[in-house]
Amino acid sequence: MAKKLMKGCEAVAEAAIQAGCRYFFGYPITPQNDIPEYMSARLPKVGGCFLQAESEIAAINMVYGASGAGARVMTSSSSPGISLKMEGISYLAGAELPCVIVNMMRGGPGLGSIQASQGDYFQATKGGGHGDYHMIVLAPSSVQEAIDLMQDAFDLADIYRTPVMMLADGIIGQMMEPVEFKETTKKRELPEKTWAATGWKEGCGRDRAVINSLYIENEELQEMNDRLQARYATIQAEETRCELYNTEGAEIILCAYGTIARICKSAIALAAKEGVKVGLVRPITIWPFPTDAMRNAICQDSVTSAITVEVNAGQMFEDVRLAVDGKKKVDFLGRPGSFVPTAEEILDKIKQIRRA
Amino acid sequence: MADIKFKKTPILTDAILHYCPGCGHGIVHRLVAEVIEELGIQDRTVGVVPVGCAVFGYRYFNVDTMEAAHGRAPAVATGIKRVHPQNVVFTYQGDGDLASIGAGEIVHAAHRGEKITTIFINNAIYGMTGGQMAPTTLVGQKTTTSPYGRDEAHCGKPIRVAEMLATIEGSAYIERVAVNSTANIIKAKKAIKKAFEMQIAGKGFTLIEVLSNCPTNWGMSAVESMDWLEQNMIPYYPLGVKKCKED
Repeated sequence: MAKKLMKGCEAVAEAAIQAGCRYFFGYPITPQNDIPEYMSARLPKVGGCFLQAESEIAAINMVYGASGAGARVMTSSSSPGISLKMEGISYLAGAELPCVIVNMMRGGPGLGSIQASQGDYFQATKGGGHGDYHMIVLAPSSVQEAIDLMQDAFDLADIYRTPVMMLADGIIGQMMEPVEFKETTKKRELPEKTWAATGWKEGCGRDRAVINSLYIENEELQEMNDRLQARYATIQAEETRCELYNTEGAEIILCAYGTIARICKSAIALAAKEGVKVGLVRPITIWPFPTDAMRNAICQDSVTSAITVEVNAGQMFEDVRLAVDGKKKVDFLGRPGSFVPTAEEILDKIKQIRRA
Repeated sequence: MADIKFKKTPILTDAILHYCPGCGHGIVHRLVAEVIEELGIQDRTVGVVPVGCAVFGYRYFNVDTMEAAHGRAPAVATGIKRVHPQNVVFTYQGDGDLASIGAGEIVHAAHRGEKITTIFINNAIYGMTGGQMAPTTLVGQKTTTSPYGRDEAHCGKPIRVAEMLATIEGSAYIERVAVNSTANIIKAKKAIKKAFEMQIAGKGFTLIEVLSNCPTNWGMSAVESMDWLEQNMIPYYPLGVKKCKED
């Protein structure tokens, strides 16, 4: 199929439809309005349903109802809207319901800005809502990768009966890039949704469906949590993904995800011109976090130190330090708000660290 | 053997209700279940239960059910109905759930003309959490968070949900009933059946507000609470059909 120029938000929406998503519930917020707009035009034409909810809270609970009824369903928003969805996300996790949530991150806290940011890493990977749960969090670094990850997002949600978040910075959502929609070659086997609430009577071939996250007895709640934790362990073992770029024998390792990882690659090219070998570890799943790959890359003998580069005050920075466990020095480059570092700034940081 | 004339509806499970003695929830559960049985719609009904006293509704209604977050049942029901328009979808919500934290969700479900049926239990108090003031608590009524009686100047008068939702274009059938006497219980069942029928006919949003009692948190015997409902609630919350959009 020929490549075409497409805006990130629209590409994500189209990829979701091609992945079989037929239901979308959302609420307007910049910089992701192109997703609901695209869905409102396309979904009715493919036999699906787009509904603009009265709030982010209602939207995520509509997702809960549609998912519980067995549908492939998604919502999208940007940072402040995702905060509102967090109650619903915790319920989705507790009720073991699959869905996809896209967060095109903007600056925060509070109303923040409408410029790109990575300020929601903690929220996405460490909870956000209440209780011991995780989402699978996918972090594309290009529009093409966002498209490619969309099929995975829906499949992973169904396989593990969990909400999956695509966490992208606003740049991915608003940028136009040449993209290609490839035929999915390796379709994963998906479990049948025998648990869905679609209408039941005795002898219809399945148990009565109860979609629920309430377990009032300690033992039952423990059992539910054990089931979730076991599933999270499987996800960590089976689904962790990252890109290693130029890491073999590197002197300095950059750690970055999303659009920022691409700027890091430009900085690596600049450093190479000056004879400095710099590598990059780019998590594609930020939960599960690629702890082993991160540790192995940074703890090579050739590496003197690592630099985490983010558009926040240092959030993934904590996971990188945990992975390295004090065995190497880990530095940080980034600012909260919406200042995206340039390749030159990253190069300056590399030079500064080599001088030290 | 004696000829058994009265049987429990199979749309209620055999689970033992957790409700307090004398509480109206058990009556309303049975009315809803009997209506589902009589309409022959068990195999296409999905219920959505609230946070509040009816939080364990999924144990009792013998249909597919979903437990919603506090106040969010109308949004959850919307998701279900949009995926399976042929399903009959109902929510069962209390006054804290529906009229306070879920006020936005219920108004907009009505506004969209969402083809669902809401059974709204108004007992003028938060039951599950131990008797706090609800948006429906009467002026002067003492609760654990209005220990001197609800003060109108401080927190307003109680919300009349049925009247409010009847003004919304998308609502098709709205009626207020009570379950404090046999006559009223018979009327309540008719209203619930009508609402389900209007949903099935695709007319729009339907809601039955049921005035019910809470002997435990009102600090009364069951019989006293029925009288209190009659003398105090019905005058402020008049019974009857508030909206009927039949073509």
